Amino acid sequence: MMDAELIAMQLFSGIALGAILIMVALGLSIIFGMLGVVNFAHGALFMVGAYAGLWVASLTGSFWWGLLVAPLAVGIFGMAIEYLLIRPLYGRSVDDPLLLTFGLGYVLVEAVRIVFGSDGIPFQTPPQLAGVADLGIGFFPIYRLFVIAVVALLLLLLWLVLEKTKFGLIVRAGAQDPQIMRVLGVDISRVWLLVFGLGVGLTALGGVLAAPMRNVNPEMGSLVLAEAFVVTVIGGMGSLVGAIVAGLLVGVAISMTALFAPEMATIVMFALMALVLLVRPQGLFGKPGRA
Amino acid sequence: MTASTSSVAAVATRPTNRRGWRARLILWRVPLSILALCLLPWVLPSMALATNVLIYGLLAVGYNLLFGYTGLLSFGHAAFFGAGAYVTGIAIAQFGASWYAALALGVVAGGLLAFVIGILSIRTRGIYFSMVTLALSQLVYYTALQAASWTGGENGLRGFTVGQLDLFGWTVDFLDPVTKYYVLMVFAAAALWFVSRILNSPFGAVIEAIRENETRARACGYHVERSKLIAFTLSGLICALAGTLLALHLAIVPLDILHYQTSGMIVMMTLLGGAGSFFGPFVGALAFLLMEDVVSLWTSHWQIVVGTVFILFVLFLPKGIWGTALAWEARR
Repeated sequence: MMDAELIAMQLFSGIALGAILIMVALGLSIIFGMLGVVNFAHGALFMVGAYAGLWVASLTGSFWWGLLVAPLAVGIFGMAIEYLLIRPLYGRSVDDPLLLTFGLGYVLVEAVRIVFGSDGIPFQTPPQLAGVADLGIGFFPIYRLFVIAVVALLLLLLWLVLEKTKFGLIVRAGAQDPQIMRVLGVDISRVWLLVFGLGVGLTALGGVLAAPMRNVNPEMGSLVLAEAFVVTVIGGMGSLVGAIVAGLLVGVAISMTALFAPEMATIVMFALMALVLLVRPQGLFGKPGRA
Repeated sequence: MTASTSSVAAVATRPTNRRGWRARLILWRVPLSILALCLLPWVLPSMALATNVLIYGLLAVGYNLLFGYTGLLSFGHAAFFGAGAYVTGIAIAQFGASWYAALALGVVAGGLLAFVIGILSIRTRGIYFSMVTLALSQLVYYTALQAASWTGGENGLRGFTVGQLDLFGWTVDFLDPVTKYYVLMVFAAAALWFVSRILNSPFGAVIEAIRENETRARACGYHVERSKLIAFTLSGLICALAGTLLALHLAIVPLDILHYQTSGMIVMMTLLGGAGSFFGPFVGALAFLLMEDVVSLWTSHWQIVVGTVFILFVLFLPKGIWGTALAWEARR
């Protein structure tokens, strides 16, 4: 007999897992919505984010610096990628940036292996966030509560930036029609640079946040990439609401299956995706033209 | 043509001769490939490398049918390669099937899997297609990881060494590397002939039309979805054949061959050699494996070198080695 407390706990870890997936899928979706590029190095950059967080945290002795500095640094690295590698490919086949970023992911994984070694490194939960909290319906790990809070805060911030600022207005308009934006005198290539950096920074933040919940290893990005693809396909490519809803859906589906049928846990999200593809190929929140 | 022909006439006939050279290359592409494959073990530094080039070259040829000729960038072909290998291994290890039955089963299973994954992924277009094929092939990977009692899980599938091949009363020593190479080559040659026939057929023209302009192909009345699905399945069949050959060759099936990194490797080989050309995939597999072989002498991190070379190819030589050579020859 499963008791309600266990189910509640598992539901809660599903939401925490979903929060990480939202970070990754959102970055992927923002970049695609704006630049029309699927970033196949996204999983590798998630992994690089986790390692950068680990490195900064061990240098400064504080998890907080890692959480703050790593996503910014990796985001700037992302801008360099856009500027040097992806920009020359605009105007060519849509497959080209995809192939290039795949190669980049390949290189990044190997580079991390050279610098940090092939073995996994444990990442300590910061002492302030260790332990569990009693929420009345059960005991929950504080760190996961923290992850959910950070992601929720960030989503709010992102929404404010996109809806209430001039930059957000340009981003939304640019996603609709970059040509018109150019005619209106907006330097769209600078916006693309920033958007790519933002998307990469989000996945790096996801990497740092996820690090204390799992081992940090060079291969951690490959599962995340597949998960992020599943989330974007379910939610609808380029849709931010879709990424959020599908991220939570996939996170909860994975952790609930882990409770009832552990051997199906890694498989269930793909089944969900196959179902969505059969019923609604453009995704739950996607526009039909794009799929 | 006699030596007294005026220079004007010589200039005028030059393009036709050159086109003739191309036509002859296409006409003789299968015999030429087979000749090259026959010579391969004696040109390359090791027999093992030659066998790998044979198997991975065939894999890339199968993949090229979809990526190069139909224009669909799949990131999930590891699933069909792996399915061929696993089904062959399981048929021999668990059911004691004969090698040819196991080989046939592997190819059919890989083709069926390609058909199913094709039905799902062809519903999507463009960039979505790459993501969906990658995700569905990862589903196959995790299924194989979980079904450890069948597949051996993380340790891979073992225990199905084929020592000798029996067929029609003949017995061939399959442990001898040279014999093994030429036996595997027979299957690869048959597959090459098959692919060449497909490309020469009206169907071959249809898939190239879809690659060039899907909307126009549809407007011309061709059944685009059905053609894509057929191309996907045929491509999966060839890749599954490469998988069964790998299983017979290695006598183990590592779980890694199902991972999307393997799919990526297939994409890299095809692009390095030249997508959409008949010889390109073999050239690419040769270049990739040679690079791996040479760089491994210096460092175990050969992937960083191969990955960088791949990035440079995407940026500067997207037609690949063979494709660029052809284009350069045509311009000269």
